[in-house]
Amino acid sequence: MSATILFSLTGIALFFIGLFHLIAREHLLKKILAANVMGSGVFLVLVSLARRTDGPYPDPVPHALVLTGIVVTVSATALALTLLRRIHKETGEPTLSEDGRE
Amino acid sequence: MPAHVPGHFLDAAPLGLVLVPLLAAAVLFLSQRAKAAILVSVVSAILLSSAGLALHVLAVGPMRHRAGAWEAPLGIGLRADGLSALMLIVTALTGAVVSVYGAGWFRREARRAEGRFFWPLWLFLWAALNALYLSADLFNLYVALELIGLASVALVALSGGAEALIAGMRYLLVSLLGSLSYLLGVALLYGAHGVLDIQALGALTSPGALDWAAMTLMAVGLLAKAALFPLHFWLPSAHASAPAPVSAILSGLVVKAPFYLLLRLWFTAFPGLPSEATGQLLGVLGACAVLWGSLHALLQPRLKMLIAYSTVAQVGYLFFLFPLVTSASPAAGALAVDASLCQLASHAFAKAAMFLAAGNVMLAVGSDRIEDMGGVVRHLPLTFFAFGLAGVSIMGLPLSGGYVAKWLLLNASLESGQWGWAAVAIAGSLMAAGYVFRIWMHGFGQPQPCAELLPVPRGIQLSALALSLLALAMGISSEPLIRVLHAGGAFG
Repeated sequence: MSATILFSLTGIALFFIGLFHLIAREHLLKKILAANVMGSGVFLVLVSLARRTDGPYPDPVPHALVLTGIVVTVSATALALTLLRRIHKETGEPTLSEDGRE
Repeated sequence: MPAHVPGHFLDAAPLGLVLVPLLAAAVLFLSQRAKAAILVSVVSAILLSSAGLALHVLAVGPMRHRAGAWEAPLGIGLRADGLSALMLIVTALTGAVVSVYGAGWFRREARRAEGRFFWPLWLFLWAALNALYLSADLFNLYVALELIGLASVALVALSGGAEALIAGMRYLLVSLLGSLSYLLGVALLYGAHGVLDIQALGALTSPGALDWAAMTLMAVGLLAKAALFPLHFWLPSAHASAPAPVSAILSGLVVKAPFYLLLRLWFTAFPGLPSEATGQLLGVLGACAVLWGSLHALLQPRLKMLIAYSTVAQVGYLFFLFPLVTSASPAAGALAVDASLCQLASHAFAKAAMFLAAGNVMLAVGSDRIEDMGGVVRHLPLTFFAFGLAGVSIMGLPLSGGYVAKWLLLNASLESGQWGWAAVAIAGSLMAAGYVFRIWMHGFGQPQPCAELLPVPRGIQLSALALSLLALAMGISSEPLIRVLHAGGAFG
């Protein structure tokens, strides 16, 4: 039971570390990585919750949720990386600043 | 063996509303040879099933569907009540007219490439919106929310210019932040209660620390996606830099989706949690959105930015529901629910009409600077008429959907004794009158001496008009939609 709490708290900590960097970093690649760290944090919480009961088997539902979540996150990351490449090509800078030197 | 025997074609309607546009989107990604036939059949199928579903909910009550007859938590449960039906109908009507507009808009040579990707992405978005309004459990709602975000971002970036790409990227990051925050809330709730079904959760949640934390995480994520002040910063550039039909879809429909989910959480998943203070906080944020958005709309030099800031303001009105339903007077709460949903529907029609009309003006003038619009009214009388009617609804003048919404809101706030919301609403309407008249003034003004106005196809002018007439129809007869809303008891 205490392992569940330890992993859940680690997951929540990862979520907030990711959140901080998503807001604070300027480089878009770092922002995208930060969003992935946030996602991993949430998935860690979900996976650790599967062991919250003392039965012989872990709860399969959170695992199914994490698998779906990973698919969604991979798609979102792919879209973000494509946008990043296009932005870099158009403005020469990997940031959100609109006054990119042309 | 499923518990009920499928004997009615409507049993398949909820699933069809998601699968039909999804399949059509996949086909259109691969080949657009039969585009016209596919679009016509998909749009009419969605219109008919949404209307059928609404009539069913009115006559029989809420409707449940288990995809593939699998039970929860393994299967995907769909559920439709009055609130779902209302959202589906508003989406179907707006979506159908915008599709007609899109057919005209993307026919032009220069936009063919954009058009190729517009159709699959838009149908993908439509499927995701329908899925959101029909999903019965928190995790499928997350998936629908994420699909809406991804499809919307791709639509914003459609034109491929630096401005659109950056706006799309900012939108994507905010949208990811929102959905991950929501998902963490879902994880905490599942850990505490072991269920994901919203109805089942309603009986289990209690005002403890964990449920509060989960509700806060989910609500903050949804507020970011709904662009409520002060989390609205991403909206104006995203909505303004997209092609006209996309702006109409985003401002008219997409920002309302997270608001819908917030209503579901508030009334069904956490019926005992929201306190008066939470309601007041959301109301204050809504009031700031009304004032801040309207002020910025008044100052914008560009037409589409003006309309986008007006969306920031109009979204604020939706949130006056929360302080009023937590007030002591149940009558005020009931009026506030009607006011908010009436505002949602009439803003969807009116704002979509405005963005479509703005697209027509840009086609004719070749820029979206308000100063360059001189004399457009003589060139595009139909478009300007549409703009005028939509403006009447945004301002909340009589005989429009916006008027009914604001009238109900005034009554609700006087009934509850919280007249401050009424004062903000009136101030917002006055400022809306200011920015709508600013556009009219330039449109009726003298044309630029050397300006040459390009012709605009009649079809896309009529689509803008059709949407503004829908906003007007909401004012003349909003009662049927309100009856649909209350069927099936979404509000306790």
